[in-house]
Amino acid sequence: MLATATSTSAMQGGFKDVPTEAARQFRAIMNAIARPGRIETLDGATPPAPMSVAAGVMVLTLCDPDTGLHLAGDHDTPNIRAWVQFHTGAPIVPAEDADFAIGRWDALAPLTTYAIGTPEYPDRSATLIVEMDALSSTGAILTGPGIKDTARLSLPETDAFLRNALLFPLGLDFFFCADTRLASLPRTTKVTKGGAS
Amino acid sequence: MNDYNFAYLDEQTKRMIRRAILKGLAIPGYQVPFASREMPMPFGWGTGGVQVSAATLTPEDVFKVIDQGADDTTNAVSIRKFFQATAGVDTTEETDKATVIQTRHRIPEAALNEDQILVYQVPIPEPLRFLEPRETETRKMHSLEEYGLMHVKLYEDIARHGAIATAYAYPVKVEGRYVMDPSPIPKFDNPKMTMPAIQLFGAGREQRIYALPPYTEVVSLDFEDYPFEASKADHSCELCGADDSYLDEVIVDDQGGRIFVCSDTAYCASRQTALQDAAAAQHEEISA
Ligand SMILES: [Zn+2]
Repeated sequence: MLATATSTSAMQGGFKDVPTEAARQFRAIMNAIARPGRIETLDGATPPAPMSVAAGVMVLTLCDPDTGLHLAGDHDTPNIRAWVQFHTGAPIVPAEDADFAIGRWDALAPLTTYAIGTPEYPDRSATLIVEMDALSSTGAILTGPGIKDTARLSLPETDAFLRNALLFPLGLDFFFCADTRLASLPRTTKVTKGGAS
Repeated sequence: MNDYNFAYLDEQTKRMIRRAILKGLAIPGYQVPFASREMPMPFGWGTGGVQVSAATLTPEDVFKVIDQGADDTTNAVSIRKFFQATAGVDTTEETDKATVIQTRHRIPEAALNEDQILVYQVPIPEPLRFLEPRETETRKMHSLEEYGLMHVKLYEDIARHGAIATAYAYPVKVEGRYVMDPSPIPKFDNPKMTMPAIQLFGAGREQRIYALPPYTEVVSLDFEDYPFEASKADHSCELCGADDSYLDEVIVDDQGGRIFVCSDTAYCASRQTALQDAAAAQHEEISA
């Protein structure tokens, strides 16, 4: 009976109309990475706890049998595995094989485990989806492509992103999720510590 | 009516293209490989741009298509109708009303804004291709920032012609890192590429997608003693009088008579309308 209960809940929480919802949600995701630090709102997915709506939307929009997904820490649950499997068919993989990885900041560490691309193919790199308690336009100061002057984002730390930016054009790309909110920090963004804003 | 999926392509293909677009935006100017699909349009219609538009459009978008600046060519009309039918988008010829603009070989004259996306159709995405035919070699050159040959080629132009002869697809450097082909836009358009809108580039036959986030630094390659010049024909538009727009030379009669007109038909039409409105207002004032 437990298996039935799991599969029933796994079948729920997806997009109602996949083609149009995926299109709208992708646009918000694209806007986020094109404008680092800008906070977008995603909706349409209700993944099992503790996965956020925004992270669930990222999975539904971008993952499929061609993308390895790593579930870190408390996100590696039977319910989440079943939900991902039912809606996307994405294989659950170890961190070193991941195209996408989801988890809380501490659980995703160490970042050196993930693929950063190769000099000829820097795109063959992992995208990390970081679950946060909250997300706001405060704290670290961001500059780089997609940012007119500067932006601010409440990052979990700054040193890891400084090191990541030094790898350019290799490196990791980050999305941060809190409930329905999404922001991004691609490898091009330069991060400096900011005081209270 | 609904025998095809939203925006024609199947979901798995759109996801693959969308992932490529995100990596393209994360690595500005770098060419991301993707698995190009057949599109139901004749060869040479720029299926790369069409596929990028298909992965980008939402039902709420207002879509504009220009072919060398014109909204009314067979190409532009067909692509507009295609997405009107398959994605249910509204279409427009007015640049400021469009949310997604697909273009072949021009950047609109009107400045684009933060809420717009410009999708380029690209025939040859590799700026080093005419110097080095092997893909493995050009990838290596990009990875090592080995762009000396490109400068040599441009300098040979100067030696031979006294100026850089390249007038279209003039190579640019993105954020001081990747040399990129801006597609065959006139070099007059190059300085516009640092802009508030998102720019996406799709090459169908060569299966490459690349991208520029807003405000990305895009610099046309040049030399200290021969700085880049965004030149155009030294005329004004015969129809609207604009002296700041890129012009096409058009033959108007059997005697070989020529005039210069704006290549951006929407820009020209909006200026003509404004002139007529001003003239009408003046006329009313006089007759009142
Ligand atoms: Zn004109």
